[in-house]
Parts: sequence; C-alpha cells; structure tokens
Amino acid sequence: MDILGQLLVSGIAVGGVYALIALGFVIIYKATSIINFATGEFMMIGAYLLYTFMVMTGLPAIPAFLLVMAGAALLGMLVERAILRHMLGQPTISIVMVTIGLSSILMGLAELIWSTGFKNFPPLFPRAPIIVGDIIIRSNLFWGFVIAMAAVIVFALIFKYAKVGVAMRATADDQMAAFSMGINVRNIFTLAWSLGAIAAALGGVIIGNIGGIQPTLGHIGLTIFPVVILGGLDSIGGAVIGGFIVGIVENVAGGYLDPIVGGGVKAIAPFVVLVLILLFRPYGLFGKEDIERL
Amino acid sequence: MRVGDFKESYAADEAVFRTSTARFWLGVFLVALAVFPFVAGDYLLYMANLTGVAIVAAVGLNILTGAAGQISLGHAAFVGIGAYTSAILVTRLGLPFLLCLPLSGLAAAFFGVIVGAPSMRMKGLYLCIATLAAQVIFEFIFVHWVPVTGGIRGINVPAATVFGLQLDTEFKFYFVTIPIVILVVTAARNLFRTRVGRAFIAIRDRDISAELMGINLFQYKLYAFATSSFFAGVAGCLNVFLLKVVTPEHFPLHESVRYLAMIIVGGLGSVLGSIFGAIFMTMVPEALQSLLNLFQGLDPAVMEYLFPLQTVIFGLLIVVFLVFEPQGLAEIWRRVKDYFRLWPFEH
Repeated sequence: MDILGQLLVSGIAVGGVYALIALGFVIIYKATSIINFATGEFMMIGAYLLYTFMVMTGLPAIPAFLLVMAGAALLGMLVERAILRHMLGQPTISIVMVTIGLSSILMGLAELIWSTGFKNFPPLFPRAPIIVGDIIIRSNLFWGFVIAMAAVIVFALIFKYAKVGVAMRATADDQMAAFSMGINVRNIFTLAWSLGAIAAALGGVIIGNIGGIQPTLGHIGLTIFPVVILGGLDSIGGAVIGGFIVGIVENVAGGYLDPIVGGGVKAIAPFVVLVLILLFRPYGLFGKEDIERL
Repeated sequence: MRVGDFKESYAADEAVFRTSTARFWLGVFLVALAVFPFVAGDYLLYMANLTGVAIVAAVGLNILTGAAGQISLGHAAFVGIGAYTSAILVTRLGLPFLLCLPLSGLAAAFFGVIVGAPSMRMKGLYLCIATLAAQVIFEFIFVHWVPVTGGIRGINVPAATVFGLQLDTEFKFYFVTIPIVILVVTAARNLFRTRVGRAFIAIRDRDISAELMGINLFQYKLYAFATSSFFAGVAGCLNVFLLKVVTPEHFPLHESVRYLAMIIVGGLGSVLGSIFGAIFMTMVPEALQSLLNLFQGLDPAVMEYLFPLQTVIFGLLIVVFLVFEPQGLAEIWRRVKDYFRLWPFEH
C-alpha cells in the first residue's frame, strides 16, 4: 500500500505537468487544426532559455521566468508566421511533417548553441522534501506541480472570461462566423501558437528542473501524444484529465512492472493504454466526433 | 524537339514508358547500373546498397502514405520486424537467404495488418498517433524480448548465400540489391495500374466518395498496410544481410521519420519520387560530411558540428520542400524534362 500511495502521488504530480503541456498542445490544435510535433522541442527550448538567463546572465529567478515566457511567445509567433501560415489548407501529412521538420531544426540548433552536455538549473526551491503522512514528495516535483496547476487555472480563466479567450473559442467553433463577427482570425492563430509555446516552455522548465536539461529533453514530448489523444485532441478538460491518467499509469506501471521486464515500461505504458482506449473510443475520451458530409 | 505524340492503340496509351525516347534512356540507365560496380570502389558500392534498401522501404511507405493517404509513423518498426524475422530464421533454422526474403516480407505484412486494423474506425491524426504507438511498442519489444531478439546487443548474421555463392563483399551484394530494387519498383509502378492501386488513390482523395463507388474501405486499407509493410520487411531483410547485424538502434522513431522525409522530398504518391527521395536523403548526410572534411584543416573541432548540422539540415529540407515544392523532386524532374522536350519552343 505504501508503494502504491507513493506511486500514485508522484503520478499525479507528473500528471499535472503533462496536463499543462497538453493544454498548450490542445490550444494550438483547437484554433488551427495543426498537431504540433515540435511540442517537446518547445519544452526543451524553454528550459534552455531559463538556463541561459539564470546561469549565463545571472538574473534572479522571477525576471528570468518572465523572460522565458516572453521568449517562448516570440518563438511560437515566429514559427506560425514563418512556416505554418503557408501550410493552411494543406493535407494532414504535410502539416504533420512540417512540425516534425521544425522539431528537427530546433533540436539541431539547440545542440549547436548549447552543446549536448548535461546542464542543471541553480536550485530554485528549498531542497527539503514535502512529507504527507508516510508519503514523500521531492520538493522539485511538488513545486513543479503547484506551478503547473496555477498555470492551467490561469489558462482556463483566460479561455472562459477574457475577451481574447472568448475570441479563440469562437474561432475554434466556426472560423467563418468568427470572421464575420469582426474577430481577426489570423491574429488568433498567432496568439494560439504563442500561448501553446508558453505552456510547453513552462512545462519544459519544470521537467528540466526535475531531471536536468539536455537537447533530448524534448523526447518527453512524445508522452504528450497519449495524453492529448486520450482526452480527445480538441478537449481542454480532456487534456487535463488525460495528463493525470497518463502520469498515474506510467508511474504505477513503471513501479510494478519495471523489475519484471527490466526497465522501459514507463515509456510505453501510456501508449498501450492509448491503443486500448482508441479501440473503443476512436475520438478519445472527450473528443468531438467528426461528422463528414460530401 | 520531338513532335507528334500519337497513339494507335490503348495499350500504347497505357504503357508505363510511352515513348521510344523514354525506353532508350531507361536502357542506358540499366546498362549504367550494370557497369557501375566494375568501376566504383567499395565505399560507393556500400552507399549504393544502402540506397537500394532505402528505396525498397520508401516505395513501400509511399504506397501506404502517398497513395492510400494513411500516415504511418511506424514504418521503421516494420523494417525492423522483417530484419529480426530473417535474422532469426537464418541463425536458428539456417534457412537460405532467398527464402528469408519473402518470409520476412510476409511476417512484416502480418503485423502490418494488425497495426492497420484500427483504421476501420480511426483516420487522419488519430490513426497517425496509433501508428506512433505501434512504433514505440515494437521498439520496446526489440529491446526487451532478449531471448528472441538478443536485446540491445542484437543478433549477428552470417553472410548471405545464394546458389552456393557467399555474398561477403559489397560488390557481390550489389547484384542482389539492384535486381530486388528493380523488381519492387516495377511491382509498385504496376500496382497503380490495377484496381487495387486505383482504389488506394480513391481512398486518399476522399474516403467517403470511394466507399460510395463500391470500394470496401476497410479491406483496401488493410491491403495498403499489408503491401507497404511487405516491402518494409523485404527492406529489413536486405538491411540485415548488408550490415551482418541487427540491433534495435537501427529502427528508432527517427528512422520512421526519415522514411517519411524521403517520400515528402521525393514526391508523395510517386514511385519515381520514392527513388529520388531515398537517394537524396541517403546522400545528403554523406555530402555534408565530405563538405565538413574540407574545412577540417582550418579548425579540427569542426566535426563536432556534424551531427547537429545534419539534424538542422534534415529538418530544413522537410520544411523547405513542403513550403516551396510540395510535389517534391519528382515534380522538379518533370519540369526539367519538359524544358528539354520542348526546347527551343517553350510556348
């Protein structure tokens, strides 16, 4: 029971971070119908930006954090304007491949700029672990979870109440109608990419703070696919729930099965669950079913 | 300039190579292929073999993704299944190479049908992620099912033997690779002239319309998965006997992406495009390496940039082709050909 409790808690904590990253992913998908395979690389760039600001220029944590968000927003905007705007209306394969190409570019650039070595942030949080009953949570994980949840709530509030959030939901619902109501749909696309990049960069910072930074940090981005598909690509609530499910599944399965098969279960357990769920619900748990007409 | 392109029978109109000029140059090309190994060195022959394997795999993927429109992020896994099948067959059962070749294709096709089965209910991005799941799961099996796959160390394979002749050099292996490539390319090119191939294209263009025209979507999607992974399996078998070893490192997700990049750069849905793409994507990293070698005299540290630069250029190629030349190299080839065909009266 002890082990299970411990695994569940760390699963929920990691799941919160996944939820944040998945949220950024879904924002982009809802607004532009583009599935962003470069999410993991956005995370990695975010982590490296924070490292650059804190270690190389010696800024304190909070201003550095704000600068990372600005940098991520800029990156998202740049990517949308320079590449993805040309891809509107192209077949799915082209859009999938263009973001895969983008991820390759970002990863190579990161290796060129920051080299492949392993890097660590200076300690951001008090080191003492958080202890609840007989469950111990590493402080990095705990604070990461808190920040991720705060960000998820902020994003949710923006969507629900802010004017841009309403405009984004309108665009996602019906682009033509949004156009005719005076919403600048192009700006909404750019905004969606910026927000998505910020969410990914925040997630990258948290994950980098837990496990260290290197150019392959982006491979964690692969786990985001089970998360978003579980919840349904276009469901924000689904992304959050999917995040927790995947976090818990990978920790519990990893904890119990790793000793039996010799490691690596953590990485594939989410994909196994993904396949099972897709077999029964082809649009994920909360995704909108496409109704096609000729 | 060639004037007059008259056909007197339907057969002439439907021929793969419609003009005597095309047939002439094809003949020249085949002769060049046959002469090549006698003039080229071992390194060039090795590259040619590697490219041949890539062409077989890329043609397979182009049937599934380019023609039938089902995006697969798991193609490398099927190449892997073919590779492991032939490695196991040859080391445990001692089967001859020529028997391993179709058997590894069939094994890959079997798993291709299993992975393709969800396409009954899913399509587009959801299916794409399902094939990603297949890639991740198969990779895990390659690494962790140690008694069968040999784990990370993989399986060592003896040189292939054909009719008592050991194919232990690049030179000898070349004479196996090239005929297989020609066979595969011919098969694929003719596939698109049959009912099955045309059905694939109809499904890609609009699946619902295809269904209304009497194409059983599920059945034909499974055909597409099966043919595509059959070719992948054959490529895997060639790969094993070329490298004499099989390890999980040969079939990561990145490799699947590389196959996709080949058909994008070459031209989606075009057999010629798959060939161009496979050649191009195999040669570019080598060209980059030789380019950096030139600069090594100035700064010995320059080779450190090789891998990051390769990654960047790989991504750039994909993006640039998609944005500026979505039809790929095959389209550029067609324009160049047209230019010379009409020269000097372009208009």
